[in-house]
Parts: sequence; C-alpha cells; structure tokens
Amino acid sequence: MIHKFNQVNKNIVIDVNSGAVHVVDPLVYRILDYYSIKSDLEIIGLLQEEYTVEDIQEALEEINTLKNEGLLFSEERYLEHESFKNKQPVVKALCLHISHDCNIRCKYCFASQGDFKGQRTLMDLEVGKKAIDFLLENSGKRRNLEVDFFGGEPLMNFDVVKDIVKYGRGREKEFNKEIRFTMTTNGVLLNDENMKFINEEMYNVVLSIDGREDINDHMRYTINGQGTYEVIVPKLLKMAELRGHKNYYVRGTFTKFNLDFSNDVLHLVDLGFKNVSVEPVVAAPQHDYAIGEEDLPTVFKHYEILAEEYVKRTKEGNPFLFFHFMIDLNQGPCIIKRIVGCGAGAEYLAVTPEGELYPCHQFVGNTDFMIGNVMDKSFKKELYYTFAEAHVYNKEKCNECWAKFYCSGGCHANAYHFNKDINVPYNIGCEMEKKRIESALMIQAKLAEEGV
Amino acid sequence: MKHIKTLSGATLANSAAKGGCGECQTSCQSACKTSCTVANQECENK
Repeated sequence: MIHKFNQVNKNIVIDVNSGAVHVVDPLVYRILDYYSIKSDLEIIGLLQEEYTVEDIQEALEEINTLKNEGLLFSEERYLEHESFKNKQPVVKALCLHISHDCNIRCKYCFASQGDFKGQRTLMDLEVGKKAIDFLLENSGKRRNLEVDFFGGEPLMNFDVVKDIVKYGRGREKEFNKEIRFTMTTNGVLLNDENMKFINEEMYNVVLSIDGREDINDHMRYTINGQGTYEVIVPKLLKMAELRGHKNYYVRGTFTKFNLDFSNDVLHLVDLGFKNVSVEPVVAAPQHDYAIGEEDLPTVFKHYEILAEEYVKRTKEGNPFLFFHFMIDLNQGPCIIKRIVGCGAGAEYLAVTPEGELYPCHQFVGNTDFMIGNVMDKSFKKELYYTFAEAHVYNKEKCNECWAKFYCSGGCHANAYHFNKDINVPYNIGCEMEKKRIESALMIQAKLAEEGV
Repeated sequence: MKHIKTLSGATLANSAAKGGCGECQTSCQSACKTSCTVANQECENK
C-alpha cells in the first residue's frame, strides 16, 4: 500500500508497510496513479503528450528499483512476525487521579469539570501507595515505568503527590525499576515551592492553556467565572524557564470557537513557550463547541498554515516544537509499538481516588469499564485482554488506512464514545490525524531540501 | 535518482527485528490526553 499527497508543492509518497518516505517529481506522482493497474506501454501512452517517452521510462525504472528494494509497494508481513506474536502485555504506566476536584471549570472538560461524574474526592496516600505497588508488581521485566499525576487538578492534593513520589522512589530500587513521574496541571496553584519539587521530580510536566487570552478565558475560567489566562501565564512561563525549556509542554484544546487554532499555537510560541501541543476537542455533536465534519477544511487549512510557519521559524533559527508535528523518520517507535497503539487498558491504566482501575482516564466514571481495584487487588482479566487485543489489525477500518502505523489505531476512548466500540475509530479524529501526519512529513521534506 | 528522492528508508521493516521491548513512553503520558499519536514517541532501544 502507498499513500501520496501534495502539500506546499511537495509531492510526497509513503510506502505504508516499510515506512519509507519519498519526495517525487510531478511525473512519478502521475505514474503512481496508474502503476498498479496499467502496463508500462499503457502508462507511456497516457502520459506521452506531457512528457518524453525517455523520461517516462526512466521514471518507471526508478519506481521498479524502489519496489525491488522493498521501498515501494512492499508487503505486509508483521502479523506473523515473532516480535508481534510473542508480545506480552504488562502494566507499565498509570494515570493517577490524585484529585477528583478542580479549582477551575472548563466548558469542554471530559472529567465533568473535575469530578468525573462522581463525588469531589482526593486520593489518599494509602491508595497511592497501593497503586505504586500494583504497578511495580505487574510490570514484568519493563524497567521504565510511568506515573502521571492527573485530575481534576493535582496541585489541590500536592502533599499526597509528594508522599507518593517519596514512596515510589524508595520502592523502585527494590524492583530495579525507574518510575518517571509526570504531572498535568492547570497551573493556577503553581508557586515557588511546588515548582521546585515538580522541577526536581517530574520527568515531564503538561501545563494547560488554550492560547490567546479571549480564547482561553472563554473555555477555561474559575468557579467565579473569571478567566484564567492572566493568572497562569506568568506561572507557566516561570515553570518552563525553570525547566530550561525542556521536558514540558503547554497543552491546549481547540474547539469550534477557534478553528483558526494556528494563531493560538503561535501566540503561545510568541509568549516564549518552546514546546506546544494544541489538540482538537473531542465532544458529542450537541455541544456548541464540538468540531464537526463541516469544520474539517478550516482545520486542515490551519494545520497547513502552522506547518509552513514551523518550517519558516526553524529555518530562521528560531524553532519550536509542536507535539503533533514531531516525527522522527529514522528513530521513531518500532513497528510493534505502532501496531499495539496507546496501550490503554493493557499497558496503561487509570486509578481513581478510590483505587478503582479503568482502561484510561477517559473511561473513568463508566463502571462498565471498571477493570479492578488496587485496594483489594481485584482485576478483570477478560476486560484487560479485550483492550490488549484492540490493536491495528483488529480494527477493520484501520487495516485499509495508510496512516495506521502513525496513529496506531487511534484513541480507544474516542472510538467507544462515538461508536460504542473500541475497535471502530472516531472518524473526525482520523481525518485530523491524517492531516497532521501529512503536515509533519511535508515539514521533514522541506527541511531536508533546505539542508536544515 | 533523478525523479525520486528518498527521505527515509525501510525504517519500520528494520525495526521489527529488535522491536517490542515496550520501554518507550506511553503516548498519553507525554502531552496528549485525548488524541492518540504514537509515531512521535522516541525509541528507548536505539
């Protein structure tokens, strides 16, 4: 399978199964429309009014060479590969819902504005310790483990965060593991003391802000209805500065209200942030802020605008990172990871303040998906293996899709919330993801051309 | 080649040989929490 597209006058061809990426001239781009269904003579006949026969034959030879080298039209062989067949899911990452309470109210919050449709509760240390034990005991031979402090707002329960980190640091040595703690925070409660701790102990920190002041404040406001922008910007900048502008992201959500989100990304960059992630809202169609199919052309246009600006600023020596444009073509994840996907429900689980285990943070509150509890060590193996098997090859739509080894089947939670089936991907999300991948590859092509 | 410039070779095919160690970061732990993107993670077993 191949996929070809043109963006900013670059003709790019992806060989899906091998992972090879090529930049081709307009002649090869045309030939590839016919290559698999016409003979060489027929192709020459179709194109000889526009190109010389010699050029067409030369281009055909180049395509044949790459095909013979396994770099075009390569076959799919991974399903039978030993590395795939022998994979054993183990739990390696937890999303600790340290606080089912929040000090701000975001209109689009999937956590039902912090409480996940339940009581406003905080995790106590005992539950946190049991969660760490659960992770250490169920992580098999994995050495690198991950624990994200999530909410609600984690800083509302910061003393317990500190105690859990201390406990984890003690226990990881016994198991010869390394726990990478991370935190996702809205930033309102950041102060010198907790920033110092976060800087020292957190492998990564995700700082929530949507972009321009009016955009942010329309969706992210305090309990009293005050916008958060003015309060958080200085704090988030200080946090980024303390971390030397590494191992953090400012992360926003864009909605139907700011389909021109490229301006929000660039606003955050212009404020001084170097690592930015702004993602489309995932919301049921009845919400006024939900992104619909009719919005896709605008969204695509703004991914293109952003990609061009990304190239421009990189060339000018003033680069920034946009999470969804980061693709390392040579040292990205292996094919097994790309088949297995995000690992929700198998490698990655969410833990509520009560110790309940869910496939991920987005399933929390839907008791049909409660997978166990760290307190009594209950664990529903059947549900666990259902998620472990929700990989690319078991998603019918993904099998036909060129992007399957980039998005890896997409988000199970989005699939369930829109289609009531974790194996049927959320279509609008797929379309946006494909545009992001194309934009990321265009960036690579442009930068390679410029020798950057 | 005159008509085709290869940006990257058979990286996926080559990665299968030593793939599947599982040490790399879980995608939702990095920056996204709502839109799965796996291809931008880094390999920990280079």
